[in-house]
Amino acid sequence: MSDLPDNLKYAKTHEWAQVEGDNIVRVGITDFAQEELGDLVFIELPELGRKVAAQEQCAVVESVKTASDLFSPVAGEVVAVNDALVDAPEQVNDDAYGTWLFCIKADDLSELDALMDADAYQQMIEQ
Amino acid sequence: MLKKTSLYNLHLELGAKMAPFAGYLMPMQYGKGTLHEHLHCRSHAGFFDISHMGQCLILGDEAVHEIGQLIVSDIAGLKAGEQKYTVLTNSDGGIIDDIVITRIDSGLMIIVNAASKDKVFKYFYSHLSGRCCFNELTGQSLFALQGPAAAAVMKKFSAQVAELSFMQACGAYIDGIKCNVSRNGYTGEDGFEILVGNHYAEQVARLLLDEDEVEPIGLAARNTLRLEAGLCLYGHEIDESITPVEAGLHWLLKKNHDQFPGADKILAQLQYGAEKIRVGLLVDSKIPVREGSIICNSEGIGVGYVTSGSFSPSLGYPVAMALLDPYTVDLGNPLYAQVRDHRIEVAVTPLPFVPHRYYRKNGDAPA
Repeated sequence: MSDLPDNLKYAKTHEWAQVEGDNIVRVGITDFAQEELGDLVFIELPELGRKVAAQEQCAVVESVKTASDLFSPVAGEVVAVNDALVDAPEQVNDDAYGTWLFCIKADDLSELDALMDADAYQQMIEQ
Repeated sequence: MLKKTSLYNLHLELGAKMAPFAGYLMPMQYGKGTLHEHLHCRSHAGFFDISHMGQCLILGDEAVHEIGQLIVSDIAGLKAGEQKYTVLTNSDGGIIDDIVITRIDSGLMIIVNAASKDKVFKYFYSHLSGRCCFNELTGQSLFALQGPAAAAVMKKFSAQVAELSFMQACGAYIDGIKCNVSRNGYTGEDGFEILVGNHYAEQVARLLLDEDEVEPIGLAARNTLRLEAGLCLYGHEIDESITPVEAGLHWLLKKNHDQFPGADKILAQLQYGAEKIRVGLLVDSKIPVREGSIICNSEGIGVGYVTSGSFSPSLGYPVAMALLDPYTVDLGNPLYAQVRDHRIEVAVTPLPFVPHRYYRKNGDAPA
């Protein structure tokens, strides 16, 4: 099992979230999630400027097999999306923690307290 | 309780991700992933464990005649060692299963779908007379070796099987192990299917996998390969409510053969047309259009639904098969698939998406 980065927070729906300055939360999917999905062939990113609620569905990752929804870990506004993934979704398979999907400017960073730390997420995926 | 094939431990050793399929724990993909496996099979050769499929023997002088009355094809002229792909139909003309029949000296050997085997074997049992002897075979594993390098690989083990034409079978020895090998498959590529006793299954599998050109392929890539080849998957393009004409399998029907269940409806559809017909769809988007998506015309009227859809690894864009109402499809007008909140333009296109590369010897009629 790969070591999970401990500077990230983890959602039970398998997104990771990284807090940066100015209430920006960078979001990707975990290595466990990309491994489960298999080769990604399409990623639908949220629109810039979209307001999302916490746990609102806002992106879709599609593998050869299936389409899977992604959820925003916090409420806020979508302020950046990783457009490079439109033509190269496999970047997520290659490096799940080094490849972000979108950034949210969070209304309230304390919502991230509801997410798991690396140890708790590790426990969850081992079950 | 999920069943395991004789290669279960080998699959784990090869790094397979196992998942339940038709009552078996089967390899979905190996370490390099579905896209790699798919492309490897198209460019070199892929090894598939398909031992979950059902195998049976129907023996006796009446086997050909009695099975012949349950299928839409005419197998009376089949010679020992020749194979026929066909379908069993119900009295409404729907497809009970699609099967591969091999004529052997003592009768017929039949391969059926894994998910259908209990149903089909009960059906055989109740429809065959005492003059046929029905035997389910459980002691043999079934593998496929598919791809442009498959013939060269098989030739190293048996010159005889490399000489087979598409849809022919023979007994052969692979490294001294008795096998039954046929030239067919489910990928659109040239290739072989190999029956071998369970006791020797792993030995034969390792021999094939040791070849440089050969890599193991999981069921996920088997599905995208057959989708590109425009081949039907039971439970998707075909089921008990879909007739062979609707499924685009009218080529299985033989003139003057009309003694099979549902013949009235099927032959009428052949003459007057069916209310739905299987088509290929090219998708004008990066977004895969998947099974269950509704297809609409430009006025927003539903004209059918997608039966299988995925990203095509060979083509690099999504493709799908669908059952459409032929009377509302005007090929000059665009069609649309609804995926989430996207209306995606799709175009009806001839199947297969990727050309078949079956090996037919000169003079052999297409099977």
